[in-house]
Amino acid sequence: MTAMVKAEGVHKSYGAAHILKGIDLEVAPREVFCLIGPSGSGKSTFLRCINHLEKINGGKLYVDGDLVGYRQKGDKLYELKDSEVAAQRRDIGMVFQRFNLFPHMTAIENVMEAPVMVKGESKAVARERAIRLLDRVGLGDKGNNYPSMLSGGQQQRVAIARALAMEPKLMLFDEPTSALDPELVGDVLDVMRDLAESGMTMIVVTHEMGFAREVGDNLVFMDGGVVVESGHPREVLGNPQHDRTKAFLSKVL
Amino acid sequence: MTDKLDKASGPADTPPAGSTPHEPIRAIPVRHYGRWISAVVILALVVALGYAFSQGNVRWATVPEKLFDGSIIKGLFNTIWISVASMAVGLVLGVVFAVMRLSKNPVTSTIAWFYIWLFRGTPVYVQLLIWFNLALIFPVLNLGFYKDEMTQVMTPFLAALLGLGLNEGAYMAEIVRAGIQSVDEGQTEASHALGMTQTQTMRRVVLPQAMRVIVPPTGNEFINMLKTSSLVVAVQYYDLLRAAQDIASTSFAVMEMFFVASIWYLALTSVFSVGQYYLERYYARGALRTLPPTPWQKVKANLSRFSNRKAVA
Ligand SMILES: Nc1ncnc2c1ncn2[C@@H]1O[C@H](COP(=O)(O)OP(=O)(O)O)[C@@H](O)[C@H]1O
Ligand SMILES: [Mg+2]
Repeated sequence: MTAMVKAEGVHKSYGAAHILKGIDLEVAPREVFCLIGPSGSGKSTFLRCINHLEKINGGKLYVDGDLVGYRQKGDKLYELKDSEVAAQRRDIGMVFQRFNLFPHMTAIENVMEAPVMVKGESKAVARERAIRLLDRVGLGDKGNNYPSMLSGGQQQRVAIARALAMEPKLMLFDEPTSALDPELVGDVLDVMRDLAESGMTMIVVTHEMGFAREVGDNLVFMDGGVVVESGHPREVLGNPQHDRTKAFLSKVL
Repeated sequence: MTDKLDKASGPADTPPAGSTPHEPIRAIPVRHYGRWISAVVILALVVALGYAFSQGNVRWATVPEKLFDGSIIKGLFNTIWISVASMAVGLVLGVVFAVMRLSKNPVTSTIAWFYIWLFRGTPVYVQLLIWFNLALIFPVLNLGFYKDEMTQVMTPFLAALLGLGLNEGAYMAEIVRAGIQSVDEGQTEASHALGMTQTQTMRRVVLPQAMRVIVPPTGNEFINMLKTSSLVVAVQYYDLLRAAQDIASTSFAVMEMFFVASIWYLALTSVFSVGQYYLERYYARGALRTLPPTPWQKVKANLSRFSNRKAVA
């Protein structure tokens, strides 16, 4: 079975700043893969490389067997055109720390936008799915609200519905609950748990260790742009082997 | 922007259940003597000025007589037409050059920089004259499929359109650029992550949000355009001012005709200001929790408050 995501020695620098220093990992289909690590360790950068929001400087990155951002012919790599990169991203959903909903569209319009624009779906079909998805994240009655009229937790659930509307095969979550008031975190985690149970492949950057332990199939601890330790969440969290992991966990647990 | 939005609005205007009843404060308001004095002084000056005008060499009756004169109305429509057309050219060029200016391609962004530098750096009056006299450099226009004498091609209308439109484009480019840059980068990212292309992202996500920043200064630009368009007299275009001047030179009603033109310019800018209000309101949707009332809604609210008060009394 091909891995859903496969990273081979992925490097990323911004100018002189070397951020990712050779990341190797594999995410199997239907897996919930948790990524933890201190701030600035490169977690967001890595997620953004997976859907080519950032170009990698070295190594190789595959999603569902396809090279991200390039086409390989013989031993030469060819950069993909803007439209081809966009096509690759259709199958990868992303949820951001700051939601990034489109503020000039209502919740339902946010969810309908990509299927209509990208897949050329009819508005009627897109609307029907949007209603279903908003229902699924518990916001069936909020479709006509603009994001500014929704709480943070509600906005994040709309953002999840928006990503799901493209029927992705992989979902990336970048600290989806970090910007939320504590009492709103639970609703978002419930939606994610439900999604995991439905068999979605998910890569989740999170500081919610409870969620990682309960829902995660695999966990990676990153620090300074490298993978320090990986394994089953209960093992890494319960019995960390490296000093850096221990130091980090003692701060967040 | 989003952090403002996190705090869901509570029932802020209903007092908490346990609050104690309170007496309204009764106090004597501060007296603003200064305001009264300055109002009287200003009023006196206005009266004096009005008197000077009424005694001057002006036949006031001519103003209403000529206000709806056929050639004035024709000039008025030409002024509206050239302003709208030039503004449209300016808007399109503005968006194109703003996007070019922000491009990562250094050639593209340098071209845009040069255009903005050139057309903002020279007087629009001079630009109009250069377009109008273009035949001095290019006597013949040859586009391959189309060939003609430049003096035939460069009509007053075309010279006016190019002069005003290209100049406006340079100003609009800067306004649009500021608008695009005001949109949070997270918006572009979210759009790209959904599989939207650069163009789709610009059209569906960035520009609609940039509009909130773009519309108010664009309204000012259009109001300026309505007035600046009077410079097209220089290229023989028959606008409102030209019509007024023509009548003035034959009827010797010089000041009167300038007043006629001014009344129409004021009418145009006033009508447009109302339109701009509604446009700004439209693009504020989603950004403001409650839209400000329209002038008509304000009037209705005041009327109903008035009738309520009467009912109580
Ligand atoms: N666009 C950028 N330009 C320069 N440096 C960046 C950029 N984005 C991120 N970085 C740097 O990369 C490092 C890793 O950032 P990030 O991936 O966001 O970390 P994390 O998500 O683990 O907190 C940080 O030191 C950050 O300053
Ligand atoms: Mg991060």
